[in-house]
Amino acid sequence: MQRVVILGGGVGGTLVANLLVRKLRRQIDRHEATVTLVDEKGQHVYQPGFMYIAMGGEKAERLSRPERSLLDDRVILDVARAVKIDEASSRVDLEDGRHLEYDQLVIATGSRIVPEEIEHFDTEAHHFYSPTAALRLREALDAFTGGKVVIGIAGMPYKCPPAPLEVAFLVESELRERGLREKSEMHYCSPIGRAFTIESVSEMATPILEEKGIELHTFFNVETIDPARKVVQSLEGEEMPYDLLILVPPHRGAEVVIDSGLAPASGWLPTDHHTLQVGGRANVYALGDATDLPLSKAGSTAHFEAPIVAERITAAVQGREPEGKHASYTGKVMCFFEVGDGKGTLLQFDYNNPPKPPKPNRFWHLGKIVFNKTYWHTVPKGRV
Amino acid sequence: MQTQTTPITRTVDARGSYCPGPLMELIRSIREGQVGDVIAVWSSDAGSKLDIPKWIEKAGHRLIGIETREGYDEILVEKLR
Repeated sequence: MQRVVILGGGVGGTLVANLLVRKLRRQIDRHEATVTLVDEKGQHVYQPGFMYIAMGGEKAERLSRPERSLLDDRVILDVARAVKIDEASSRVDLEDGRHLEYDQLVIATGSRIVPEEIEHFDTEAHHFYSPTAALRLREALDAFTGGKVVIGIAGMPYKCPPAPLEVAFLVESELRERGLREKSEMHYCSPIGRAFTIESVSEMATPILEEKGIELHTFFNVETIDPARKVVQSLEGEEMPYDLLILVPPHRGAEVVIDSGLAPASGWLPTDHHTLQVGGRANVYALGDATDLPLSKAGSTAHFEAPIVAERITAAVQGREPEGKHASYTGKVMCFFEVGDGKGTLLQFDYNNPPKPPKPNRFWHLGKIVFNKTYWHTVPKGRV
Repeated sequence: MQTQTTPITRTVDARGSYCPGPLMELIRSIREGQVGDVIAVWSSDAGSKLDIPKWIEKAGHRLIGIETREGYDEILVEKLR
């Protein structure tokens, strides 16, 4: 019996599970293999929708569905919290005292936000990395009557790298539509020496920032927030006064991988760029936000990694070499990028080929909207 | 050479990491370090030779030097504040 255990019911975990039971159908039917997915809440959440709670009239209840409804019947769903991966015994310890033994392990435990790492973040800064925070940002925008808007990044890496730029563009459009733009200043603070990590995307975004009158501040690594003076301070020694502060919170990998000694304090699992194996282990894989790969932490990354994990595990179970186009990961990622005013563009890249974003237009904005609406029927089920 | 005689407090091996990985690793090291520490960053990303000195200048630290090694650059930084 080959037991595959998958930790995490996000994009990566769900898709790997569904792909695996198709590829291992014969072995599962003969009771020679099992695929078990462990998820803490048993709910699948479409996180890219959070931004639209703040910026586009999205509702939190539309962004969550029972994990069971997205899984093939052959996948065993275990709603439980994994607290330790015990490598010596090849088992996962669950909070309720049970243990799950594995022959192949997939770690798709994602990332978590840790705003508490910056004092006063929770009371002073807004963000859009949870439904509650996104709704609070929406309320703050509704109450905003003009002033200094500061948008920045309080720790790298973080989920969905284009998101803070998208929010800057969307807030700017909204302020213009509401007649508040003349009464407002907008500042975008980037931790690195340009607007975006990938140079070609930076080259596309920087003129849009200029055109929209959003002032770019580079090498601004958020260090502290002074609520009394309403200023955010950088490690580099700069201060930025704000009336409305929107910051991407710091992110970390899952506690279970840190507590199990598989990842350093950051929580990002040391993952092979092509095999997606963790730290040279033959039977432990990671995908999605959980890895330390130099790629976007985004559902799209997990989406394109999942077929590789599924193929490699299938090959191991069937006693053969991985084969075909999914034998090795090339770093493929594809995602939409909103620029405001109903326009968007597309970022498509891999390890060797940086993105060449097309000129922003309405088509790619609509593409993102359609993708968001049809997600439930396509990505987790392996239909695209 | 000054860089060969400078006592190094900590080495950040960011080889194999792409921009902005080496810079972020240096920033983490600066945050954790003490004034006077000398940090050596090893980077195989060609962009680091440009990005890291610019950041050092902006952040008010001292660039001691850049040495080209086999397949990577060693950038030495002194934490000044």
